[in-house]
Amino acid sequence: MNIFGQALAGFLTGVLASMGLGGGFILVVWLTLFMNTDQRTAQGINVLFFLPIAFTALIMHLKNGLINKNLVKKLLFGGVVGAAIGTLGAQLVANELLRKLFALFLIGFGLREMFSAKNAKHTESENPERSAE
Amino acid sequence: MKKFFKGSVCGFLNGFFGSGGGVIAVPILEKEGCDPNEAHATSVALIFVLSLVTAAFYGFSGNLDFKTAWGYIPYGLAGALCGAFFLKKIRADWLKRIFGGIVTAAAVRMLFV
Repeated sequence: MNIFGQALAGFLTGVLASMGLGGGFILVVWLTLFMNTDQRTAQGINVLFFLPIAFTALIMHLKNGLINKNLVKKLLFGGVVGAAIGTLGAQLVANELLRKLFALFLIGFGLREMFSAKNAKHTESENPERSAE
Repeated sequence: MKKFFKGSVCGFLNGFFGSGGGVIAVPILEKEGCDPNEAHATSVALIFVLSLVTAAFYGFSGNLDFKTAWGYIPYGLAGALCGAFFLKKIRADWLKRIFGGIVTAAAVRMLFV
């Protein structure tokens, strides 16, 4: 069960994370709910896990010409500052509270995905006017 | 300045929760004029760099479990290859609804367990 669950959790996380669809949530939920990992350690594992996965996906996205480098540059500075503050914050909060806050964040995300999905179609051909911008 | 703020929200949430920066980044990127596929791919680029920062801080505080992470990475790589390959082709709306439902159910459990 565990090795199968591990393979499935890893695979699904990889699929969704490579698309920016929130794959990391799967791994964190798997680790905390089924493997009894504490919240902070699970989050750390997910960040580590994400690095090679994202790197691989990035190479493919770059080949497909899907990366808007200009926007990455513009958002990066604030992003790095925020990442430092957020990560430090996570070290200061008790695991139990971190877990509850994470669950609330997840509920917000889950509900939005369930009810707003039709505005976010993925197929290029269905959004020709936006691709042309 | 507005972009600084938007970027910092992505970074903060991704750092605080160790995940999820991408789902915040995608709508921001779409608002900045990316089409949906480009937004999803670009979010991975942005979050990759932010995760390097986060991983470094987790490392300093001794919260990195390389051994466990390593056990998931090969499966994740296979998933990433599939995901990146299909990003141009799939209709994500049903995938998102199903995933949203599962995630909400898991989150409710997390609140009470």
